[in-house]
Amino acid sequence: MWYVLKQIAKTGIKTERLPEPAAEMVVAARLHEDILRTLGRALTIRQVDAGSCNGCELEIHALGNPYYNIEGAGIKFVASPRHADMLLVTGPVSKHMAIALRRTYDATPDPKLVVAVGDCGCTGGIFGESYATLGGVGSVIPVDVAVPGCPPSPTALLQGILAAISTAAPRSEPSLSSSAQPLPETPIERTHRIPLETPRDGAI
Amino acid sequence: MNVSPLGIAAATLPSPIPAQRCPVSSGQLLTACRLAWEQGGQLVALWASDDRDRDRGFCLRVLLRDSDGLTLLEHTLPDEGARYPDLSLIFPVANRMQRAAFDLVGVQCDAEDQRPWTWQAAWPIDCFPLRRDFEPSPKWEAGEEDYAFVKVAGDGVHEIPVGPVHAGIIEPGHFRFQVVGEKVLRLEQRLGYVHKGIEKRFETLNIEDGYRLAGRVSGDSTVAYAWAYAQALEAITSLDVPSRASWLRALCLERERIANHLGDLGYLGNDGGFAFGLAQFSRLKEQVLRLNRDVFGHRLLMDMVIPGGVAHDIEAAAVAAMRRQCFELRHEVRILREIYDEHAGLQDRFRSCGQVSPELATKLALTGLAGRASGIAHDLRCDFFCPPYDTLGVRKAAQSDGDVAARVAVRFEEVLESLRLVETLVEAMPESEIIVPLPEVPTYAVGLGYVEGWRGPVLIALESGPGASIRRCHPHDPSWLNWPVLEHAVIGNIVPDFPLINKSFNLSYSGHDL
Repeated sequence: MWYVLKQIAKTGIKTERLPEPAAEMVVAARLHEDILRTLGRALTIRQVDAGSCNGCELEIHALGNPYYNIEGAGIKFVASPRHADMLLVTGPVSKHMAIALRRTYDATPDPKLVVAVGDCGCTGGIFGESYATLGGVGSVIPVDVAVPGCPPSPTALLQGILAAISTAAPRSEPSLSSSAQPLPETPIERTHRIPLETPRDGAI
Repeated sequence: MNVSPLGIAAATLPSPIPAQRCPVSSGQLLTACRLAWEQGGQLVALWASDDRDRDRGFCLRVLLRDSDGLTLLEHTLPDEGARYPDLSLIFPVANRMQRAAFDLVGVQCDAEDQRPWTWQAAWPIDCFPLRRDFEPSPKWEAGEEDYAFVKVAGDGVHEIPVGPVHAGIIEPGHFRFQVVGEKVLRLEQRLGYVHKGIEKRFETLNIEDGYRLAGRVSGDSTVAYAWAYAQALEAITSLDVPSRASWLRALCLERERIANHLGDLGYLGNDGGFAFGLAQFSRLKEQVLRLNRDVFGHRLLMDMVIPGGVAHDIEAAAVAAMRRQCFELRHEVRILREIYDEHAGLQDRFRSCGQVSPELATKLALTGLAGRASGIAHDLRCDFFCPPYDTLGVRKAAQSDGDVAARVAVRFEEVLESLRLVETLVEAMPESEIIVPLPEVPTYAVGLGYVEGWRGPVLIALESGPGASIRRCHPHDPSWLNWPVLEHAVIGNIVPDFPLINKSFNLSYSGHDL
């Protein structure tokens, strides 16, 4: 026990040792304000891997480390969609995961937010659309914010989550970073049918 | 393996480690596999290709490994009605590979277990995606299959289905537990949920560009996959990579190993009820990723290894930063190891949990870090000397208890060894170019790449087509070999220990489902 306490004391608050504290801390501070303003309580996120290579998951995990400390900002990953305000979905959506993703979305209580994560979650990325994949998350469930990157950095992920909360807020300020853009204004049809696209050849 | 007593002709196969390629009849396939098994060899991979366009029917490829290197057995099936013998009777781990080979190419095996493996009703069961005349239809919708799980009957036996969407931030897969009370009688896995058609996608790419897709087969092993892909292409084109490039590749590979092992050590502590471990190790892992970003421009080192060399060189400041980080990390990891080792509650969870005896590990071909925790002392970095590992004298981690504690111990040993390797690599890195142009790629050439990733050996089997296209690319993750062993490791344990046991293997879904 003594060694554990000693290590904790020696480690200290890691946020002070960030190599580039300004950019990353601004994100965390804005995030906290937005959550308080729009939700007034903790934001809960259910993460769904709908076909990713696991690269995005590694960076989503990193949000929990002491540097980003997402729980300290009031945001928590939960074990069930029934407990979630937001789905954080990585892709491309494999056909084998399409039904499970749809059911997870349906099981999440309204109002709910969806953030599509990574180049593959946004558009299908390097995997594109094929006999086995449906492309981006938006082809299966409505998406509020898409965070590009392969994989997106934890900072970009935080910015994307923030953007989604800002979109949902009644008095939101247009405060999107260049790396996290909401999908186009066109409302996405909320449909239970899973659209199937013809396969396309895409250059990398 | 010496195949000449079996009357089998062998040709050299382009590969970074000694490898041979042997055309075999159905009978020779069986006898060669039996001989390999008797001599301590193991099955590495089994896959199939459609060669009907070259009037060669279908080709079943079986890759074996022993202390001499790799042996690729190639068995031609003249048409789709032909069957090949069930190799799972010799190598139990062949079962899922045979089923996947049917789902994707439609080659039939003489096995009792004819259930689908990769197929999950997203395309008609009589259409095979890796056939060259495969035409996907926009009418095919995602469907649901009725998979025949094995059931256990008896008083008090009940079933717990888990997944594919899991409670944590992990990849999707389905686990079907048969339990009495809390005790697991049987676990059956159903994988394939993240099947993305990667092998088919490769065939649309230029062979020089395939490394990017290879680096996204399993994002946590991007360096290992990209390097294996580069090795296969360089073997086909007989290209020698500049020495500095191979040193930089090894530097990236060892940093990938350190980052993943640190992450796992944190989560293993957390799953053992010791959140302190997660906070500490995730902090250390983040430091590694940040330095990766500063030195190489990418936290996970994607697209760093490219055919012919590497994308980035390192400068003096980066060398100093990496040396400093190694020094600090070694100190911290040693402290944390002592805390883990001395923590009674944690050790109570780790010890004798999810045990795989060396005998079972041998029978089921357990590989990689999990193998080294169960007395299977294989490590490509030590067994076959590819540059730069021929000059580094890698110390192999070795444990034999085969439980969670042993897999934790292997990770600690390997982190410390990789830190030493990183220091050596940056200190003694030779001066040379870091990339050379790729020569013309011969048509219809087959080459292998084989790299000891953090999870285990990663294989890429690459075949070139006309005009520098990819005719066939088969990536093979070590998880193929280790997933079935996890089913055995869980038997007799309690359900709440499953997350801990699962994490101690930390197998890939994406790399396996492809």
